[in-house]
Amino acid sequence: MHELSIVMSIVDLATAQAAKHEAIAIEEIELDIGCLTSIEMDSFEFAWKQGIKQTILENATRKINRIEGKARCSDCGTYFNMLQLYDSCPQCNSHLAEIISGKELKVKSLVLPD
Amino acid sequence: MCATCGCGPTSHQHHDDSHDHHHASHQNNGKKNIIDVEQDILLENNLLAQRNRGYFEGKNILAINLVSSPGSGKTSLLERTLTDLKAELNFAVIEGDQQTANDADRIHATGTKVTQINTGKGCHLDAHMVLHAVQGMKLSNDSILFIENVGNLVCPAMFDLGEKERAVVISVTEGEDKPLKYPDMFHSSTLCIINKTDLLPYVKFNVEKAKEYARKVNPALEIIELSCTSGEGMQLWYDWLKSKVLTIA
Ligand SMILES: Nc1nc2c(ncn2[C@@H]2O[C@H](COP(=O)(O)OP(=O)(O)O)[C@@H](O)[C@H]2O)c(=O)[nH]1
Ligand SMILES: [Mg+2]
Ligand SMILES: [Zn+2]
Repeated sequence: MHELSIVMSIVDLATAQAAKHEAIAIEEIELDIGCLTSIEMDSFEFAWKQGIKQTILENATRKINRIEGKARCSDCGTYFNMLQLYDSCPQCNSHLAEIISGKELKVKSLVLPD
Repeated sequence: MCATCGCGPTSHQHHDDSHDHHHASHQNNGKKNIIDVEQDILLENNLLAQRNRGYFEGKNILAINLVSSPGSGKTSLLERTLTDLKAELNFAVIEGDQQTANDADRIHATGTKVTQINTGKGCHLDAHMVLHAVQGMKLSNDSILFIENVGNLVCPAMFDLGEKERAVVISVTEGEDKPLKYPDMFHSSTLCIINKTDLLPYVKFNVEKAKEYARKVNPALEIIELSCTSGEGMQLWYDWLKSKVLTIA
């Protein structure tokens, strides 16, 4: 369950940001989670409930942007949607591709109380 | 992150600096106090991994992260390798395990320097654990450090330890579609070892299919078939190891 480590990293990150801005709570948190990361959303949900207890995120509203997998074929240059890391180029069938998006795992923004 | 070693605060310092420009865009639009953070969740781990990597490079240590499902043969591979090559190369091992020290004992029996990390409930090693393990090890220059990760093909994939090479081990008693089921691990590895080839006559494992799937996920992946038990193919692995030592020398 690496999702729990991920949630704990988010809590650390949010705690550090809140301290820097002298906030005692976080109202909202916005995350980018790419579809090509090995984050399993059911596990993430479960880990979130466990991980935020008695932390600065306990009462925060959470928004998650799922970022679609996109890649560029290294052989013919075609841009295509990548649902799985093993998807091949729809144009030339090559498996050599550069991932352009879908690997994101970040805290995008926080909303602090006034 | 870590209260005793000071590595947390230092790395916090790094990203505080690099993200200072965001605070200028810090809005106070009447109601909402929005902070644009734009920060990678794995940044802390990645910074520590870079720190490990720098340390390894400075001492010319080839660090290899070994990953697999439980029982694919990581410890067996190490036991045999350490025994066969200890006269030629200098080795050290970090053993990641959830509970026991059994694997560390097996390595110790070969006469190799070994440190155990018990992760408890944790399903993977991270760069922070490796940093601390390494601090206590007095690693030699020009050596090879094997890091046996926790047996799991999902979680360790996301955590860079600072290794130079990542070797994923599968055995012929598993399904040949492992690369498709766990694409992240195969995508992030540089070498795939197909172990237990001595059992091929008794199982329905299609080696060519397994290789095809692995290369779909990662066309650059090197693949070696071997058996830790019979020794078949071990020479290919030793040649691979030595070629990596030569290139870092
Ligand atoms: N038949 C056969 N068994 C093997 C081979 N390599 C390892 N094993 C067995 O597989 C089991 C698990 O091996 P181990 O090295 O502990 O796997 P780990 O969990 O990946 O470290 C042990 O019983 C080994 O003896 C092999 O090449 N052939
Ligand atoms: Mg083992
Ligand atoms: Zn193409």
